[in-house]
Amino acid sequence: MILEIENMSLAYGNIEAVRGVSIKIVDGGIVALVGANGAGKSSTLNAISGLIPIKNGSIRIDGQSSAALKPHEITRRGIVQVPEGRRIFGRLSVEENLLMGAFSRTDHAAIAEDRDHMFELFPRLKERRRQVAGTLSGGEQQMVATARGLMARPRVLLMDEPSMGLAPLVVEQVFDTIQAINAAGTTVLLVEQNALMALEIAHHAYVMEHGEIVLEGPGAELAVDERVVSIYLG
Amino acid sequence: MSETSLITAAPGASARKRINGIDIFMWVLRCAVAAIALFGTVATLLEGRYSLAQWFDFAMFGLTLGSVYALIALGYTMVYGVLRMINFAHGDITMTGAFAGYFVATGASRSGLLAAHPILAILAIFTIAMVTCIAVALATERFAYRPFRNSPGQAPLICAIGVSFVLEQTVRGMFGSGVKSYPVTPWQDAVVTPLGMRIPVINLFVMGCAISAMVILYLIVHRTRMGMAMRAVSEDKAAASLMGVDVDRVVVFAFALGGAMAGVASVCYALIYQQVHFFMGFAPGIKAFGAAVLGGIGSIPGAMVGGMFLGLIEAVGPALFLDGLGITAPYQLRDAIGFLVLLMVLIFRPQGLFGEAMAKKRA
Ligand SMILES: Nc1ncnc2c1ncn2[C@@H]1O[C@H](COP(=O)(O)OP(=O)(O)OP(=O)(O)O)[C@@H](O)[C@H]1O
Ligand SMILES: [Mg+2]
Repeated sequence: MILEIENMSLAYGNIEAVRGVSIKIVDGGIVALVGANGAGKSSTLNAISGLIPIKNGSIRIDGQSSAALKPHEITRRGIVQVPEGRRIFGRLSVEENLLMGAFSRTDHAAIAEDRDHMFELFPRLKERRRQVAGTLSGGEQQMVATARGLMARPRVLLMDEPSMGLAPLVVEQVFDTIQAINAAGTTVLLVEQNALMALEIAHHAYVMEHGEIVLEGPGAELAVDERVVSIYLG
Repeated sequence: MSETSLITAAPGASARKRINGIDIFMWVLRCAVAAIALFGTVATLLEGRYSLAQWFDFAMFGLTLGSVYALIALGYTMVYGVLRMINFAHGDITMTGAFAGYFVATGASRSGLLAAHPILAILAIFTIAMVTCIAVALATERFAYRPFRNSPGQAPLICAIGVSFVLEQTVRGMFGSGVKSYPVTPWQDAVVTPLGMRIPVINLFVMGCAISAMVILYLIVHRTRMGMAMRAVSEDKAAASLMGVDVDRVVVFAFALGGAMAGVASVCYALIYQQVHFFMGFAPGIKAFGAAVLGGIGSIPGAMVGGMFLGLIEAVGPALFLDGLGITAPYQLRDAIGFLVLLMVLIFRPQGLFGEAMAKKRA
């Protein structure tokens, strides 16, 4: 198994943000992690990426504990996060942002190919490749963030709310892109507020509440589950 | 500061406040300073004590000194960029380079190498000074700063001040507290006179070295992988680490680049004043810090412009602002003007000329 989280807990000081979470990510799928604000979704992703130490349980990459690894080492093992709020480098050009995504790679010819491929995938970025990324629109910045994540040639892409702050039409595009990325062979762990859309494209999904996993199952099943519908459609 | 900063959002822009007593006081202060400077300038110019050639000399010297400040300021600004910390030992790191260069220079002078192969000797002086500054900077980072990187409060700052003392007193203990004069070669006192202007060769040489070093630095920062990583880390450490950037290595890289610039600066500074001293790093260190703040700390072009500007003010300022006020020997007040500019920047425009509005960075 490429990524396995078992009984993981973490805390900020005395505040327990995640309690006993277990998530399995098998190769090739789209796994969704949905839940309300403050449920602990971002905290879970940041723990996987090594940005926050965990208190209990384990996170294993290819069967090996990642506890001793630093964030950049986890990225180099192919577990790449596209963080919440995009976090692009505003003073770097669009092209430099993409190259930053490929920072852990050394196959220069393939990097250039991938960059061109990203410009095919997101033609808007090609027009603005020399522009400073901080001056792009929100949607364009999300494209940069996604493309930057893909430039790492991740085995697992951890996406934290890629639809945040985007117009409905752009959200559709983002979800199409996620499916295309997945079809091309990248495993995706998708965190979303936009729960129903995420569940629709997810092969498997987890629902998180107050730091715990409260429901789990195939995405299509959860999308019609009464409890999910009652939480998200009121 | 910590790597978990991914979670804490940047605070919003500061709210506009109503005008209060402090604002009024600040404006009065600003107007007073501006009035004094303006009055002095007008008086000096009316008196006509200085010829155009003299003004040119002042400006030339200012730009020379300014280019050295700029080099030192780059070290402050790059380290601040990656660590959000002021490396207060940077001036003294520069001093160690000047001493290393001094020993190579005296050796080369005694053995006749300086006279026979001046270019070779100068290269050796620069190389050893740069290597020394880089080594001291890296050792400081590794043993004094890194252990305190994630500790709360002012521990790193106090540590930096401690390192500053350690370096000064070590050099003093090893080489004495006297002023040592730098060996002088004939070309150092030579003067060229294009278009009727007198320009000392040493000024041109120092500016040439400083500007070359800055161009190389610019290319490294903007054209190399590590340079790009350094810019990325300066913006967002956690996000850069998610890209696979080893933040510790980038920090080392920033210290090494800053050390290299300090090495070049140290030789230039010693060439201008033709002496070395264990305390010589203090004043240029503080002034270069002021130059970095003036340009907007964290900004590389800001440090370059800030350094030049400060050098110019310091060289032209005493004559321009003070002479007309009837102050005798305005040159004694050169350092005072430099520090005054620093103080004014900290008070009136803490974000500097090219200041990055930290709160605005993430929309
Ligand atoms: N740096 C931090 N310090 C203290 N508490 C934090 C920190 N980051 C998150 N928390 C707390 O941990 C809990 C989980 O936060 P987290 O960001 O993981 O939620 P989330 O599910 O991603 O929410 P959202 O959908 O709003 O992004 C929240 O109660 C939050 O207040
Ligand atoms: Mg979140």
